Amino acid sequence: MNPRRVVVTGLGPVTPIGTGVTAFWNGLLEKRCGLRRMQNFDPARFASQLGGEIDGLSIANAVPKGYRKAAKIMARDIVLAVVAAHDALRDAGLRTKCLIERGEASGSPNVDNTRLGVNIGAGLICADLPELAEALHSATEGGQFSFAKWGTEGMNNLTPLWLLKFLPNMLACHVTIVHGAEGPSNTITCGEASSHLAIGEAYRTIARGSEDVCICGGAESKTNPMALLRQELGQRLSTRNDTPEQACRPLAADRDGTVVSEGGGLVILEELEHARKREARIYAELVGFGAGHDAYEPRQPSRPHPEGRGTAVALRKAFKDAAIAAEQVSLIASFACGLREHDRSEATAIRGVLGEHAARVAVMNIKAGLGNNGAGSGALDFIAAVLAVHSGRIPPAFNSTPPDPACGLNVVTEGLANGNFEYAISTAYALGGGQNAALVIKRQANG
Amino acid sequence: MNRRVVITGMGWITPLGHDLDSVWQRLLAGDSGVAPTTIFDGRTFPTQFAAEVKNFDLQRFLGAQFERHASCSRNAGFALAAAELAWRHAGLNGRPVIDPELVGVYLGGGEGPIDFDNFVAASIAGWNPEKHALDAVRWAEVAAQRLTAVKEFEQDPNCAAGHIACRFNAQGPNLNTLTACAASTQAIGEAALIIRRGDADAMIAGGAHSMIHPLGVTGFNRLTALSTRNDSCVQASRPFDRTRDGFVLGEGAGILILEEYTAAKRRGARLLGEIIGYGSTADAFRVTDMDEDGRGAIAAMRAALTDANVQPQEIDYISAHGTGTEENDKVETRAIKTVFGEFAKKVPISSVKSMFGHVIAGAGAVELITCVLAIRDGLLPPTANYQEPDPNCDLDYIPNQSRRATVRTCLSNSFGFGGQNDTLIVRTCS
Repeated sequence: MNPRRVVVTGLGPVTPIGTGVTAFWNGLLEKRCGLRRMQNFDPARFASQLGGEIDGLSIANAVPKGYRKAAKIMARDIVLAVVAAHDALRDAGLRTKCLIERGEASGSPNVDNTRLGVNIGAGLICADLPELAEALHSATEGGQFSFAKWGTEGMNNLTPLWLLKFLPNMLACHVTIVHGAEGPSNTITCGEASSHLAIGEAYRTIARGSEDVCICGGAESKTNPMALLRQELGQRLSTRNDTPEQACRPLAADRDGTVVSEGGGLVILEELEHARKREARIYAELVGFGAGHDAYEPRQPSRPHPEGRGTAVALRKAFKDAAIAAEQVSLIASFACGLREHDRSEATAIRGVLGEHAARVAVMNIKAGLGNNGAGSGALDFIAAVLAVHSGRIPPAFNSTPPDPACGLNVVTEGLANGNFEYAISTAYALGGGQNAALVIKRQANG
Repeated sequence: MNRRVVITGMGWITPLGHDLDSVWQRLLAGDSGVAPTTIFDGRTFPTQFAAEVKNFDLQRFLGAQFERHASCSRNAGFALAAAELAWRHAGLNGRPVIDPELVGVYLGGGEGPIDFDNFVAASIAGWNPEKHALDAVRWAEVAAQRLTAVKEFEQDPNCAAGHIACRFNAQGPNLNTLTACAASTQAIGEAALIIRRGDADAMIAGGAHSMIHPLGVTGFNRLTALSTRNDSCVQASRPFDRTRDGFVLGEGAGILILEEYTAAKRRGARLLGEIIGYGSTADAFRVTDMDEDGRGAIAAMRAALTDANVQPQEIDYISAHGTGTEENDKVETRAIKTVFGEFAKKVPISSVKSMFGHVIAGAGAVELITCVLAIRDGLLPPTANYQEPDPNCDLDYIPNQSRRATVRTCLSNSFGFGGQNDTLIVRTCS
């Protein structure tokens, strides 16, 4: 039996520069920057005071009316995923339970619930600090926390379902409930590599025949005090507080760290014949997946392998899986998010695997206006790469100058309008933890 | 080409000990790992007991390698130690015999425990009762002083898998799934698929978790999911018993070495069992409770049976999810009846959570290990603390006494909060 082919039929980006394919893609092409001084809370005490926050995000527009009250037990990460799933399914023209109930799709479902899977990358969801701080404060005696008082009184100030707000699998869980997805379900928690691993595993799950359609990708919010502090402790952040639009400078010689943000990206992967039968628009085909690990430094905050060993393993495996030579790739969507060591590590791996071809191949990077949201970042890279392959356009990496000779890649800083990309590859890696993954995208002739 | 997946090594760190065989003997004897909580002062909590791992010293397992992993979190330490034991058990601790790029890791690893005292100090300092709001400036002042990068990043759920990859030079696919209580069953199933499809020849798979910390117990107590039988905690975990009142938190890790069959045979590995079936589904019902007919559980068991190409009558033992909550045990029983029909009354079922407690993300892995040991020895572990039959749970739960049986094929269930269902089927290699 020939392996089943897998195509991308729907995209749902939720980002600080726009939500939905059109707003997101135009934002990238127009060099919109979604990073600014943090507004959700006063960042005055932090060295990096910037964040990519999303305004006006509404769960009400993404779920059936009867499900709106469930928003009370959704951490921000979950909201991002639920909105992204809605947008991606709608973009794909799939008629799920949610879209039919909301009146956004008419007719009967065009996907079998038991063949509809979910695989969503998630981060370590930060507890809602104000809620938890208030409860903890209620258990103090003379300014000191009292375990005895916490057990008898303090903990009762947390809502009974408190724990369910922060379980990483609740992103997938709410999405399965809202859309009636009863097929294979998974939640990958591998930092910034989560989305790529989730998309890659979903690709395998469809290929082996366990499902026909999968809602996959990732989402996370790092625009809260706890996440910001963690990244600051890890010395990962830019301190260009006066110039937020210039702060995140992936692969530039003068980069000084990344910027935290929030966002999510879910994509619809679909078995080719299933998509053809319902005459779906096909953005591109997914033809290769590879994963690897640095196996280098277990101590936190961990450093990447200097030559990007895990990225190199993932790239080689992805090319082999796609049955193409590295020279056949004409576009690389790099994950680089502005960190000194990590950007160089990834670039070194790309040069190592592509050899002389590395100097010729176009490299795109979209982090300048988006920063790094963690588990959802890779999905946004993947979505942008799919749109680039689909449209032949590359959005400008507007902060990636002057180029860092130590990275040595051909970064497209001014944008490109008439490209012809037969194969593109998108990479991602966890900033800590050592996980790496790569996905090979092929242009769809009839797309 | 149909690549088969075999188990060649196993290791665990459990509330009943750290050694594969002595823990197994204690399970067969119906011993309990439950005792009053010592990890933190929970004396006023609704639940004041847990199944803690005792006398754990990571250095004893890692020897000279310890220093690189010394600051890992409690659950990552459990994972590393269990992996070390499994790796040795598989006979892989000598010269590397498998290409490092074809050795992967797939864990259902939980998040590390929060840096509680320091987190609390910052939270209390940051809360402004007059304004009824968090003062982020004040919070950050204290948090920046007291929290450390090491302790914060070690909480990330992908850390344990990273530690293991570094320890064993595993450069292949490396993933962590965190599908709540189903996570390590899922991890083992997905790891088997990675070998089947050729992306790796060996996978270090399983899970680890510890939620026996103040906020973990708080979260489950608020959900009223835990037993509150403080006066008789050793008997508190009583799956399928009419008087069950919730689960008991456990902690620990279970790690299995999975290998491609022909490669394992070629290197002369001992074949402990074969992973022949895996199913994963979602209830897609409600966040808070299970579909009352157990549709997701039914679908997961059926998917695993189909994947394994075995009939329900061929299953010799079911390792139940069996948490000891009113709802789970009733729904799981109903789902087993639907899948197994008349045979449901004949197949022996037990829940070792009655002795280990519930290891959450790590539960499925320690339970699969018990299935493999049951196959090896022809002995089925009991459901301890089973006293009063529940009319809603009317199957054979192997009450209190282990049992001799011919065990060739076992099915293991894990169900997670939010409607995640995973089932594995393992079979003898002989």
